[in-house]
Amino acid sequence: MATLHMEMTMLDREVKRGSTEMLILALVEDRPRHGYEIAKLIEQRSEGVLQFHVASLYPLLYRLEKRGLIKGRWVEKAGQRRRRFYKLTAAGQKILAQQRQTWKDFFFALDRVAGINPV
Amino acid sequence: MPDWEVEIRQRMAGLELSPPREAEIVEELAQHLEDRYEELLAQKPAPAAAFQLALAELNESELLVRELRRVERRVAPEPIGLDANRRTRMLSGVWQDFRYGGRSLRKNPGFSIVVVLTLALGIGANTALFSVVNGVLLKPLPYPEPDQLVTMHQSKPNFDTGAIPYPNFRDLQKENRTFSAMAISRSAGFSLIGTGEAERVNGRWITADFFTVLGIQPALGRTFVAGEDERGAVPVALISASLWQRKFGSAQDVLGKALTLDDKNYTIVGVLPAGFTLFTNDVFVPIGQWGNQALQNRGVALGLHGIGRIKPGITVKQAQADLDRVMQNLAVAYPDTNRNNGSKIVPLEERLVGDIRSTLLMLLGAVGFVLLIACVNVSNLLLARSAGRTREFALRAALGAGRWRLLRQSLTESLLLALTGGGLGLLIAGWGTHAALRVLPTTLPRAEDIGLDARVLFFTFAISLLTGILSGLAPALKSSQWGLAETLKEGGRGASSGRVRAQGIFVAVEMALALVLLIGAGLMIRSMAAVWNVDPGFRPDNVLTFGLSLPPSMRTSSPAAIRTTLRELSDRLNSTPGVRAASFSEGAAPLQSEDDVFFWLDGQPKPASQSEMHMALVYEVEPRYLTAMGIALKQGRFFTNQDDERSVPVAVIDEVFAHKYFGAEDPLGKRIHLADGRDPSQIVGVVRHVEQWGLDSGSSESLQAQLYLPFRASADDRLPAGAGVVMSLDESGPPPFDSIRQVVQSQNSQNVIFRPQTMNEVIASTLASRRFSMILLEAFAVVALLLASVGLYGVISYLVGQRTHELGIRLALGAPRRNVLSLVLGQGMKMALAGVALGLIAALGLTRLLATMLFGVSTTDAPTFAVISLLLTTVALLACLLPALRATRVDPLVALRYE
Repeated sequence: MATLHMEMTMLDREVKRGSTEMLILALVEDRPRHGYEIAKLIEQRSEGVLQFHVASLYPLLYRLEKRGLIKGRWVEKAGQRRRRFYKLTAAGQKILAQQRQTWKDFFFALDRVAGINPV
Repeated sequence: MPDWEVEIRQRMAGLELSPPREAEIVEELAQHLEDRYEELLAQKPAPAAAFQLALAELNESELLVRELRRVERRVAPEPIGLDANRRTRMLSGVWQDFRYGGRSLRKNPGFSIVVVLTLALGIGANTALFSVVNGVLLKPLPYPEPDQLVTMHQSKPNFDTGAIPYPNFRDLQKENRTFSAMAISRSAGFSLIGTGEAERVNGRWITADFFTVLGIQPALGRTFVAGEDERGAVPVALISASLWQRKFGSAQDVLGKALTLDDKNYTIVGVLPAGFTLFTNDVFVPIGQWGNQALQNRGVALGLHGIGRIKPGITVKQAQADLDRVMQNLAVAYPDTNRNNGSKIVPLEERLVGDIRSTLLMLLGAVGFVLLIACVNVSNLLLARSAGRTREFALRAALGAGRWRLLRQSLTESLLLALTGGGLGLLIAGWGTHAALRVLPTTLPRAEDIGLDARVLFFTFAISLLTGILSGLAPALKSSQWGLAETLKEGGRGASSGRVRAQGIFVAVEMALALVLLIGAGLMIRSMAAVWNVDPGFRPDNVLTFGLSLPPSMRTSSPAAIRTTLRELSDRLNSTPGVRAASFSEGAAPLQSEDDVFFWLDGQPKPASQSEMHMALVYEVEPRYLTAMGIALKQGRFFTNQDDERSVPVAVIDEVFAHKYFGAEDPLGKRIHLADGRDPSQIVGVVRHVEQWGLDSGSSESLQAQLYLPFRASADDRLPAGAGVVMSLDESGPPPFDSIRQVVQSQNSQNVIFRPQTMNEVIASTLASRRFSMILLEAFAVVALLLASVGLYGVISYLVGQRTHELGIRLALGAPRRNVLSLVLGQGMKMALAGVALGLIAALGLTRLLATMLFGVSTTDAPTFAVISLLLTTVALLACLLPALRATRVDPLVALRYE
């Protein structure tokens, strides 16, 4: 009982604090991306359901960076203004794996309880 | 192209970021808007519309500012990345911790001040005592190769560190193979005339090598050279820096000037450095100038003690064996005087500080207890405070700070407190140590070496660090354990049971430590009372003692003239108004100086050597001595004015002498032979035994038999040119030294009075070291008691505060206030009594360390243990009572409404 209670608390917290962290971590998993690219990808892949603006995206990026989950780096390409690219750190990798699992468990539980199939 | 940066900066105004950080953010956001704008332009080529759409990204600018503020101003979480800069980040993290700690302590000034003061008291007291230990015990002596320096003595069967007869010393000097140099010396009083008012100066007879042994270079001129200590050499003298300053105004041309000591002119050849404090004499003169015939007598030691420098690589043991070999040869060559005599060498440092070492170490231990109590107190305060910061720590944990990171932050705060306390403590110690040493009743050896130096600073820094860690560890561990979930469950209210348990243990430990110190102090006080209750065998009240020396010119006067002068002075003193009785006194003086004689009983064969003769303390006094000192006559009579150089020799003995040498027989009429060759003396009286060696060390000395001889019967060649004076006064009040000096100088203006003291002062000075440790231990115990009761009070107050809600419910449900009172008192007293029990056990083991300092009381003295436990329990009860009464006054309505 105690274990289940704890898991539910954790799930609850994660849901409340939003899934956005995971979205960002997942997007920079394969290769470094800059802020605008991240926002664009989220919008495209969610078919417009999820939208990020400057006000919501950048504070989140900075927070993830401060926690050491992603790392930003200025990159200058010939003939362009420089951009800040974010890549996933080892710690970010770990957190991303955890969050994926948490969400999987959550959807599994939702499905079992309410018959919601996410796919 | 629109200027995005202006738009962004407008919206970010008021965020107060550092300029580089702000520029970075502005650049990144501007890039974002530009990307968006270009994308929009590609779809609808109306630039104004595209501009508006892109700008819409900044619509929720309040959200941006709020979010950025939260992210950017948050304390950085722990560095998780294993990047190359980890060390740098760690260091900057520590610095950040310090700054954050400083801010959080400043926000709570009352708390911080109490903690810093508590620690300053503990660390300051420890620093002060350590600076004493450092100066007296740890610092090497201020001479080259101090480990090679030893003092040398001649040992007798019952006495290790006796004086060395001069001829024996000369043989030791010639025959030894292990010393690079050795010298001998003895203190001597001189009348200094010709430079201002006639004055008694502290002098010292020395052999030529004396300063060579010590490695002392004169500040001016030279020290003595070989041959200058021989008889008949030209009289030369060395003077101390203080005499140089006092009498010659530190003039450079003092060399070659004459110094008249006891009517003899000496030429000053050197001035000693001001830092030379091993011997505090004002003048040093070669021993060859001493006209004492006994210097050539192998059987007379004359109070000469040696000082030597062992050759490099030779151990004390080897040097000792070497001197033993020489002494054995001397015993064979001169059996009369040297049989059974050996040698004894003691490292100089041990000789200087040997007695005080254990006392200082005991006090250092005691003051360490005070610091421990201070630590525990601070620990408790931090624990209570950490309870109020649960949410802060939970939030930090939620933001990703790991356990070690939280621990570090907590420890940084306690370290900050401890270092501040340490700094303040250092100031207290630096200022207070010398002030305290001036006030406290003792003369510590090497007091001039006490002060703050690198070692003391390091000690203070180290104990401050240790204090910070000790006092901060438990609260830090507790704080770092609180996760978000626990905090949410607890709702930030109520005391966690773990914390209360920790506080309870702390209070018990404090109480136990305080009890140990209190019992130690109690035992010392009982010892002191026992010492004061020792009957010294004389009545010290209203008794004065001082030294009196006749004019130097009297030395060459006839014996008859000296006798007349001494008698006249004695008569004048005895007829001075207010003086009940006065007597000259030579030889030994109770608690002040020692002198002894060898003798054998009439009817027994004369022993072959002095070491086989009996020995007794000898007092040469006048008829009024018994009255002046208040010593009781037990049998027979004391001296009369008729007992002088012309009468039949008589002697008076004390009870110990009578019992030891005559047992049950009547000693009156018996005769004894003194080794100095005078006619046998007849015993005419028995007086009470007097404590010669001090009130607290009476029976530990083997030499106790006391022999009194008539002062006026001194042989012509032993007539003193001065003597000690003992006098009793009619009334108490300030001793009339001025009128006594007038009386003495009215007879001859060159008569000098020196070292005036009341007998009670003499007693006090013999107890100085005991009083020193007693007063310090008392002070430490009182501070400990205070800190411990404040600690108990604090914890109970805190717990009552935490339980206001619960107590309110109890009262609302009809619980009598009496019950609430006993509930709170019970909780406090449980901790206190556990502490008392723990302390009693610890004290049983630890008071053993005091054994050598106690007198007339056992280390496990039941009354002391009982009274102190009761005292501590009472104080604890009072400390709990205040918060407990407050608990009974809780208004149920207010308590229940209060969240």
